[in-house]
Amino acid sequence: MLLNQFLILGAVLFCIGVYGVLARKNAVMVLMSIELMLNAVNINMVVFGVQHEVVSGQVFALFIIAVAAAEVGVGLAIVLLLYRNQTSIDVEDFDLMKG
Amino acid sequence: MWMLENAFLIPLIPALSFAVILFFGKRVIGSGRVHLIGITAVSLIWVLSLVAAFQWTQRVEHPSSDAIAQISVDDHGDDHGDDHGDDHGDDHGDDHGDDHGDDHGDDHGDDHGDDHGKAAMHSESGHGGGHGSALISPVVTSYSKWWSNGGVDFAIGTHVDGLTVLLLVVVASISLLVHIYSTEYVKGDRRYVHYYAFLSLFTAAMLFFVMAQNIVQLIVGWELVGVCSFGLIGHWWEEKPNTDAALKAFLTNRVGDIGLLVGMIVLWGTFGTFSIDAINTAISASPGTQHFALLVAACCLMAAVASKSGQFPLHTWLPDAMAGPTPVSALIHAATMVVAGVYMIARLYPVFYDGFSIGTSSINLMAFIGGFTALMGAGLAFAQWDIKKVLAYSTVSQLGYMVMALGVGAWTAAIFHLFTHAFFKACLFLGAGSVSHAAHHTFDMRKMGGLKKFMPHTYWTFVIATLALSGIFPFAGFWSKDEILLGAKVGQQSGYPLMLIFGCAVAFMTAAYMTRVVWYTFHGEYRGHGHPHESPKVMTVPLWILAGMALVGGAFNLPGPVLKPFGLEGLAHRVQTYAEPSVYLSGLGLSHPDPSLSMALIGLGLALSGIIVTYLYFWRNMGPKGLTERNKYAKAGYTFLENKYYLDYLYNDIIVASIKKPIANSANWFNQNVLDKAVNTAGESARDSGRWIYKWIDQGAIDGSVNAAARGADTSGEGLRTIQSGKVQNYGQLLFGAAAVLAIVFVIVI
Repeated sequence: MLLNQFLILGAVLFCIGVYGVLARKNAVMVLMSIELMLNAVNINMVVFGVQHEVVSGQVFALFIIAVAAAEVGVGLAIVLLLYRNQTSIDVEDFDLMKG
Repeated sequence: MWMLENAFLIPLIPALSFAVILFFGKRVIGSGRVHLIGITAVSLIWVLSLVAAFQWTQRVEHPSSDAIAQISVDDHGDDHGDDHGDDHGDDHGDDHGDDHGDDHGDDHGDDHGDDHGKAAMHSESGHGGGHGSALISPVVTSYSKWWSNGGVDFAIGTHVDGLTVLLLVVVASISLLVHIYSTEYVKGDRRYVHYYAFLSLFTAAMLFFVMAQNIVQLIVGWELVGVCSFGLIGHWWEEKPNTDAALKAFLTNRVGDIGLLVGMIVLWGTFGTFSIDAINTAISASPGTQHFALLVAACCLMAAVASKSGQFPLHTWLPDAMAGPTPVSALIHAATMVVAGVYMIARLYPVFYDGFSIGTSSINLMAFIGGFTALMGAGLAFAQWDIKKVLAYSTVSQLGYMVMALGVGAWTAAIFHLFTHAFFKACLFLGAGSVSHAAHHTFDMRKMGGLKKFMPHTYWTFVIATLALSGIFPFAGFWSKDEILLGAKVGQQSGYPLMLIFGCAVAFMTAAYMTRVVWYTFHGEYRGHGHPHESPKVMTVPLWILAGMALVGGAFNLPGPVLKPFGLEGLAHRVQTYAEPSVYLSGLGLSHPDPSLSMALIGLGLALSGIIVTYLYFWRNMGPKGLTERNKYAKAGYTFLENKYYLDYLYNDIIVASIKKPIANSANWFNQNVLDKAVNTAGESARDSGRWIYKWIDQGAIDGSVNAAARGADTSGEGLRTIQSGKVQNYGQLLFGAAAVLAIVFVIVI
């Protein structure tokens, strides 16, 4: 069935995103992985919206895209500043909150 | 009769004054002004006492129906035949035949004559106004349940009769004058507030005592005045002799207080009531039925009287009590507190009258102790150089006189003498205080002399009081002393010849030693240093008031024949008429002797000869001067007197030491081996258990658990801090790992 295939696609995309967030050292790559996870969610939203014949799924997906754009903007700005201060964007190098 | 029923107000006012002075005296009122509180309170009760006295006389003069006592005298006419003149003749034979056969046989002549006298007396009083007063009942108000214990209720209340109001007036008057006098005498004293507080408390206690409704209250009042006496004798306690004197007074009184307690318990056991009214009524309603119990009670109470009123074996504290301030000596140790014993006898007179068989004997314990004390005290007064000690022994002697009068059945005479003695002896003491105030605070007569011209007011008041004490016509002491001598001569049935001899000897000696005091103090050359001066008015005015009472005090109980020429017979025997609680005494068959001119002349003659002999000895320099130096017997006698018959030596060194040493030794042993051991054992075991507790409970359990909790927190914190790596991806791994686990659990469970 078509729904299952979309859901599997979403799940695969989400897993790739999770892998990227947890495993990549480059902060830009982490941000991109987060985008993948958000898009996996978007797919689910749209699919379920179509399935239930309500438009709110697609509207929600549009909102998520907009927010994700803003989030990436903020995220890239943080990465830029990190690089300026520490000359590194390797997430392994940043453990200021170590207990 | 409002005042008689609300007499409790009278002791209450000085009690309040005591509280106010004690609690607010120093800070709020100011120590220089506390006497105002005391004087106001005492003035108030003085007025109230006079009102009470007036109302009592009204009650006697115009008795209402409830004031007439319900005792029928006829009921025991059989026991005491000579109650009534009319059946005297019939009973005379029976009475003496049955009960007093011996007396009758031996003293027939005397008996007969005396009985005639009494019969005449009774018929006289039966017609006069006096007899109406004979059956006035006291005003007794009581709150019946002050406290209760073991099913016995202890009442509190007031018992007001003629004797009470007489004492009220005496106490209030002298207390007031002493309060005023003291403002100058103890001016600037370091414990001025204390002094006035104690004076107020004493006044309250004494007034409480004299209006006691029951014997428990009597004991309470008795102890309260004792405490005040203790506190005021030791007023200047920084000096050792003063504290010693205070302790001696207190401890000597304790000896007598045992007698008081036992005697009161015997009375309660016999009659089952504490009420004085009930006890007296019970005895006078059926005399002789409880004779043995009353004898025991009377003997025990005599011990109390001996301690409080300075009677023979226990009088030694009274001269030492002169260590206190002189106004206190005047108030407490001359006029009021020391007569507490006399008052107690008078108050419970049926107990003593029946117990000692005063009515039928010719010598008894009370009369003997009184007479002997009078003689002994008078003898001691000769050998003293301290003016206050002479007066103290004189007080002992005069108190002995009163006790002797009670012992021979002369109730009214004793009370009358109490009344007059209070005024002139207070006057003498305050006079001595005035002399000492002037002459640099010494009481040693060897450092006085010639003070007559420096202090005329003190001199004349002192002389008036001396004449009153000596019993010179017409001063107060003459009338009261004469009545006592007469009472001793006539007695109740057979007379008290030994007491009469004692009384006469004392009359002579009293006049002589008082003249000696006047000589050494006021005549001759001044032997002290500095310039003596007259005391201020605040001291001399009380002296003159007391001297006035010493002059006219006798008028309160003049015998009828004296007043007959002036047509004032209605004023005769006022003390007898008003003060005598004849409700009780009439049941006992107490009689009054006829006034006797010959007895009065004998008494007066003895007193005058005492004065004249001493006058010749000192003023005219006649007689055996220096006898005590030359004659070894005279010297031995003088030494014997000077050492106060060695009684203090006997008490302190022989009795006390012989008892004290074994007791002290055994007490020491007990202390060391039992008490200390117990204390030490307790201490050691406490120390050991403390150590054990420290080691095991404190260190082990409590500290251990606290430490363990801290250590646990530390270890777990160390463990957990490795998780907080600060690396975002670690957190993310944990987050997603946990979410995955939860998702798996979720899938499995659902």
